[in-house]
Amino acid sequence: MRWLSFHGIPLWRDVRVLRAAVQIVSAVLAVTIVVFFIDNLFSAADKRGLAMGFGFLSEEAGFPIGESVLAYEEADSFQYAFLAGVVNTLKAALLGIVLATVLGIVVGVARLSNNWLVGKIAGVYVEFFRNIPLLVQLFFWYFGVFLLLPKVRDSIQWPGPVYLNNRGIFFPWGEPSSSFVPWLIVVAGGFVLALAVRAYLARYQDRSGRTAYPNLAALATLILVAAIGCIAVGQSPLSREVPVLGTFNFQGGAHLSPEFMALLVGLVIYTAAFIAEIVRAGIQSVPRGQVEAAKALGLGDMEILVTVVFPQALPVIIPPMISQYLNLTKNSSLAAAIAYPDLFSIGKIMINQAGRAVPVFMLIMAAYLSMSLVYAVIGNLYNRHVRFSRR
Amino acid sequence: MKRKYVAILPGVLAMVLLLALACSTEEPTVAPVAAQPTEQMAAPADEQSRLDIIKGRGKVVCAGRTDLAGFGYLDDAGVNQGFDIDLCRAVAAAVFGDASSLEIIPISASERGPTIQAGEVDLLSRNVTWTSTRDAQWGNYTNVMFYDGQGFMTRQDTGFTSAMELDGATVCVTSGTTTELNLADFFRQHGMELDTVVFEDTASVYGAYEEGRCDATTSDKSQLAAIRSGFDDPDAHVILPETISKEPLTPVVAHGDDQWFDLVKTVLYVLINAEELGVTQANVDSMLTSDNIVIRRMLGAEGEFGQSDLGLDKDFAVNVITAVGNYGEIYDRYMGPDGEAFTLPRELNELWSDGGLIYAPPLR
Repeated sequence: MRWLSFHGIPLWRDVRVLRAAVQIVSAVLAVTIVVFFIDNLFSAADKRGLAMGFGFLSEEAGFPIGESVLAYEEADSFQYAFLAGVVNTLKAALLGIVLATVLGIVVGVARLSNNWLVGKIAGVYVEFFRNIPLLVQLFFWYFGVFLLLPKVRDSIQWPGPVYLNNRGIFFPWGEPSSSFVPWLIVVAGGFVLALAVRAYLARYQDRSGRTAYPNLAALATLILVAAIGCIAVGQSPLSREVPVLGTFNFQGGAHLSPEFMALLVGLVIYTAAFIAEIVRAGIQSVPRGQVEAAKALGLGDMEILVTVVFPQALPVIIPPMISQYLNLTKNSSLAAAIAYPDLFSIGKIMINQAGRAVPVFMLIMAAYLSMSLVYAVIGNLYNRHVRFSRR
Repeated sequence: MKRKYVAILPGVLAMVLLLALACSTEEPTVAPVAAQPTEQMAAPADEQSRLDIIKGRGKVVCAGRTDLAGFGYLDDAGVNQGFDIDLCRAVAAAVFGDASSLEIIPISASERGPTIQAGEVDLLSRNVTWTSTRDAQWGNYTNVMFYDGQGFMTRQDTGFTSAMELDGATVCVTSGTTTELNLADFFRQHGMELDTVVFEDTASVYGAYEEGRCDATTSDKSQLAAIRSGFDDPDAHVILPETISKEPLTPVVAHGDDQWFDLVKTVLYVLINAEELGVTQANVDSMLTSDNIVIRRMLGAEGEFGQSDLGLDKDFAVNVITAVGNYGEIYDRYMGPDGEAFTLPRELNELWSDGGLIYAPPLR
């Protein structure tokens, strides 16, 4: 048995060998299981004559898409239709993340408010929306709220040419004119100038100790340059388009569909309830003494929150926040139920119209997975940043 | 000391497992050849015919629907009824002599393809349009049961008399259907602007249309008639005259089992031949002794028309007709002048001898 030992320790008692062995075994096991399932998938698909392969993606899609950020036509390919779905998902998810974060922070802070009523309202909000399934909420927002708005002919007109009806909200929008690009170049120059002004004033402020308002001055510079550029290029860079009632619908301007609004509102309100709890937990994790010390220094409530509490709460808040962002994005796949053409609903149409379930499902999974991984990477980088610099 | 052994245990376990796995699947170049015969022995279910599987399980599994008046709906007692569902019952009656040896699985339009492709059900009878692509991909199309065409429904107060006036309209439609494709083709063909709202389930399509989310909705005309009959005020809606497509609605079976394919077709032929020959639910028993040789052969009282090759009893046609009646009786039960759901003239769905398209090969 001597050959089975190292420095007198038998191999099966050597902790280094054991550790390595466990690692290898687990890795082989994991790979085996994955290979087994993939092999099973392909053999089962083969047995049932299900077509694999992605060649069909370049064929003509032929089906209409309700709304799309990308300009999509029925004659476009399946892959372009899928891409249109991905962009639609991103539109809902990214906008949803921003709004849910804002609402979540407000509610989370409100829950800790000293004002009894504000605290209770925030508490009821969280408990109510967190405990009802999202799909139910989406149906409610779509069929119970947005579709029950007045019909097109009886649209509610808001101040200005903004119309609200059960086909969505229609509002004026700027269409880029021929002078838009030159103007954009001028604005980019102004942006650089504004940064320079800010840097200069900030240094001046640091050195002299006198308040020089660097941010304010930078903003003023940017606005001034943009205004001058607007005059310099002669024609207005954006031509205003106003919605006008046509035969069936409002034409011109911009438009948000009730499907999109229902999805957005549903996602934001649902996710904000969770974010509020995360924010509350983060704030409560900051030692009470920090707030008391800040008060003793004479800081106001808002100042304490922004400059003392939040920076210390961020490392606690960010990791669970990222998983809420992931949830929001994944939950947007419920859009199919309320006719918003996100990537999952377009994927399901493709499964039917192209007759290829397995490849399309792989595409759908790959799309969600890559989105989630990108979020995770960005979130973790930011988390590392706040952790190192603030603590 | 004891704790150390405990720590080693999972490692040992994993090693044993690994050894076991290594013997069976670790060598990918050798394993498939070696594994194939055992795999087949382990799963003889794949070798069984569809009919054997059905007989073993004691019931026919049929994909249908519960949300469309006339074709597949729940009656007041909560029983799934309809034109499409009756075919499922007829097939169950043919196999088991009992129409209730049947399980109906309601599915959505976009689930139809994957469901039948994977062979999850024995029969798909849920307003499926027969197209060449679907025939190649989904399964075997048996025999057209209902000749339909796609049309548009819009509100009466729009005053429209033609689908050509829908330029710029918003149209509600069900996803994963031929309807969706024909709609896009029609608007593209005529250079008209189209906005769509695409729902996954039919109820949402018509709910949104009724709320005014869409100017029009489109589907097979029979379906539009069915839906219109269910609106609070059917007269407030009109079905425009254009028929923009051919929609031969046909029951489908999975690819790969010819006997089962032939069996379902033959059940349909029996239903159609029975109408031609005047055999009805009421008179089927007395017809057993009919003077007409063709009738006696169909009912199994004389000769053979392939029953044994299909794996069916000689007199299965009697069970089928007793259970659901002939083709015309099924049609009239749901969509005839006194139909339970609504009234729709037969037109293309008359027998060929009455100027329609319903025709079946002879049973002999």
